[in-house]
Amino acid sequence: MTETAASTTDSGGDAERARPSLDRRRFVGYVLGGSTLITAASMLSPTAAAALDLEVPSLPQIPELIDLEDLQTLAAAPTAGLIAVRIDEQGEAHFALPRAEVGQGIVTSTTMILAEELDLPMDKIHVTLAPARPELLFNQLTGGSNTTVSTFEAVRVAGALARMRLLSAAAQVLDVTVDELRTLVGTVVDAAGNILTFGELSSLASSEVVERVEVVLSPPETFRVIGTGRRRTDAREAVTGTKQFAMDLDVPNALPTMVCRPPTHMGKPVRLRNKAEILRMRGVTHVAIIETGVAVRCKTFGQCIDAIRKMDVEWDLGDLKDESDDSILERLRRAEIPMVVPEVPVGARQIDLEFEFMFRSSAALEPYAAIADVRENSAEIWAGLKAPILAQTNIARELGMLPNRVTVNVVTSGGSFGHKLFGDHAIEAARASQAMGVPVRLMWHRADEPRQGRLHPMCTSRVRATMLRDEVLTFEQRHTSVVTDFSHGFGEAITSALDELPTELGRRLGGLVFSELIFTLTQELPYNLGLVTQLLSETDQRFSTGSMRNIYSPDVCVAAELTLDEIARQIGQDPLELRLRLIRDARVRRTVEAVAKRGDWGKRMPAGTAQGIALHKEYKGNTAVLVEIDCRPATVKRKIRDAVTGPRVTKAVIGVDAGLVVNPMGLEAQMQGGFMDGMALTLTSSCHLRDGAFLEASWDNYYYTRQWNVPPEMEVVIMDPGVDIPGGAGEAAVGSSAAAVACAYARATGRVPTRFPINHGEITFKPKTFIPPVPPSPTNGLKFTY
Amino acid sequence: MPKHTFVLNGERVTVKVANDERVLWVLRDLLGVTGPKYGCGINVCKACTSHINGKAFNPCSVRIGDIAPDDEITTIEGLPDTVGRDLHPMQEAWIDRDVPQCGYCQPGQIMAAVALVRKVQREGGTITEADLDSIRNICRCGTYTRIREAIVQGARKM
Repeated sequence: MTETAASTTDSGGDAERARPSLDRRRFVGYVLGGSTLITAASMLSPTAAAALDLEVPSLPQIPELIDLEDLQTLAAAPTAGLIAVRIDEQGEAHFALPRAEVGQGIVTSTTMILAEELDLPMDKIHVTLAPARPELLFNQLTGGSNTTVSTFEAVRVAGALARMRLLSAAAQVLDVTVDELRTLVGTVVDAAGNILTFGELSSLASSEVVERVEVVLSPPETFRVIGTGRRRTDAREAVTGTKQFAMDLDVPNALPTMVCRPPTHMGKPVRLRNKAEILRMRGVTHVAIIETGVAVRCKTFGQCIDAIRKMDVEWDLGDLKDESDDSILERLRRAEIPMVVPEVPVGARQIDLEFEFMFRSSAALEPYAAIADVRENSAEIWAGLKAPILAQTNIARELGMLPNRVTVNVVTSGGSFGHKLFGDHAIEAARASQAMGVPVRLMWHRADEPRQGRLHPMCTSRVRATMLRDEVLTFEQRHTSVVTDFSHGFGEAITSALDELPTELGRRLGGLVFSELIFTLTQELPYNLGLVTQLLSETDQRFSTGSMRNIYSPDVCVAAELTLDEIARQIGQDPLELRLRLIRDARVRRTVEAVAKRGDWGKRMPAGTAQGIALHKEYKGNTAVLVEIDCRPATVKRKIRDAVTGPRVTKAVIGVDAGLVVNPMGLEAQMQGGFMDGMALTLTSSCHLRDGAFLEASWDNYYYTRQWNVPPEMEVVIMDPGVDIPGGAGEAAVGSSAAAVACAYARATGRVPTRFPINHGEITFKPKTFIPPVPPSPTNGLKFTY
Repeated sequence: MPKHTFVLNGERVTVKVANDERVLWVLRDLLGVTGPKYGCGINVCKACTSHINGKAFNPCSVRIGDIAPDDEITTIEGLPDTVGRDLHPMQEAWIDRDVPQCGYCQPGQIMAAVALVRKVQREGGTITEADLDSIRNICRCGTYTRIREAIVQGARKM
């Protein structure tokens, strides 16, 4: 066997990093010791590092100089040389990606990158998810649309080095020079027609010791795989039902386990009054009080549901029991940072708008679920986890063990959207398994998710813009949010990377508390709006929160873009023309112009319908979205059982510049999905807080986008970026989509919406019970067959 | 504990379980058939959609006691056999359109799509936008647009 590893940094790496301009395609990789070829590379991209080495002008907003992508990429620096590609004796490649596949397609795109560099067919490349590897420090966190940005060069270097070593080995065998050889789908061939397979060469190409090797990467114009549309590598498993998620794994004796949860958000269990009765119920094997509720383990999940519904629990209702939407909004108003510009300076006009964004559930369709087998002095966990190292640390602390006694296996997830950054489910499963002394297969009931699961925080965004004639002089935005929990490890990763920054930038960023830092790193208005300030303040730490497919951006973007439209209206300019006049970034301009053209901006629309256009710049790229919306009464009032209908977006055109694109098919999917999320944020999906409890308990009251909301016409336009480094995609479309729908709604109805989603004011469902906390399983399913 | 017999993906199975256990848990927890997914347990999300006697149903909301010995239950695992092929045309369309993202909802989506197309064909029509709008299955990744395209494509080969 042969293994190679690649690194772009090591003790000598600083030298390479310091002069990347000498040859931007020259990198350092490593051949690791092993019986077959193993190559490795560091995750720090010299290109990204070079991009940071710049002068700091006085005016630009921070993200133009350095953004969250850069800091995440920098955070990967200490783990040089630790990701490796192995070529086995069959000539197949193996790579354990230190990231989580949650549906975003990174296994496919990573396979493509390796196929490109190795010259191997994609089905001979096996990309798996690495278990928690504490030695990777911060470099095993999936978030911020950062995977491709941070791993692209390292994966290429490891792959290219492996191919180089295989060529050298073949040259020895055939007694020719490497120049006379070429690779051809998993083989090395010479001019005489001799063929050697990678499998035959792997052992010969291997090394007994670590060797440091210089690698030259081929330029993007020679790519044959990268940049071509490829289907997901797990598509067949997904459509045949053989793709395994955490609850599908066959772990012996890990029986179904669920938790009876409190009637208020963040309440706590005090005692189970009828434990003996519950233990006598059919199928029940164990009951245990854990921090979050009363866990019950049974032969089936159906029996868990029955047991939970029979539990008589004394609850501590917690700190939130008297809080509702309005009281939290009032707290937010009090916490808002004052504006700088006085109200209506002499001779000027002013727009002052305040927007409110309600709590939203970030739950995926696969609920929180984890298998835990906790023994006397060791534990093994299986779960979808985007920050597995932190989960491992937290689980070890909970169990009173050393982290190296806890094995954390990362399972492909049924969606994340930020929800699986936290290890809540894995920690809970570990607690239950320890308390019961047996393995558990723990799953949240759907009703638990919006009520006790992570929420995107409620927030407000106030915007004040000052205009003199048709010029915008000032644009101030004050974003005030319930505290966003960053305890998933993102915080440590980012703040540690601050030390790596050039001095002036480090000074400007170093004084901020972490949430302000994230806000500052991600928010950028790509417009000339005179004096621009965007500030964040956060208040109230009592909720279980996290970020849902973007941290602050969608809400900030909706508020800013609606204000842009309002400026346009007041000065009598077309919204597109105003944007084109104020945009100060050529790439953003190209994307906006492209969607305006494809979407036929400005076409005549019937009364009650309208177009809307909005844009967003983040993740080393940008998106622009044009929609058409139908707000006519016949559409808004159409009836569908247990559903909200409301305005219908009838067409969407999404333009995206995501830098160098690895997989256009995957990118298109991310844009479509991002749109469905953004549209739901504006029109339909939220959680209502009443007396400390969230009313929503399933998809028939938490209104995520459904087929009857989907635009019948949808098009994704992928821009040629003119750069050869990749950007992020997973979250990129959410903000611009939410904003475009909001802008279209305002233009169709003549009213600027100020509370999101727009249907939040009306509760159109009967809330399910809080005690018991899970609804009964219906029995009438055969009445609905078709 | 009563015994229940029914036909699962073409084979007769017998399982000892209480009458009121829902079919989803019989399939997943007792028989190890994990294609049908749990997403809500109350017949809302449709992630567990399977077929009973050729029609779509949601096993989370049907008691095993209501299943008769001759009832034929087909899950995603048994769908290709219903057409005697490695993959059902709807699964092929799903792959061709690269529909799945996380994949969690897709078994249910495909089973719902097949039943919907059969229903429309029984009624002598072809799939319309209104038919597509009527699908209740949730996809939290938002693959809806490709689902619509794949259903139209798959229907042509059914």
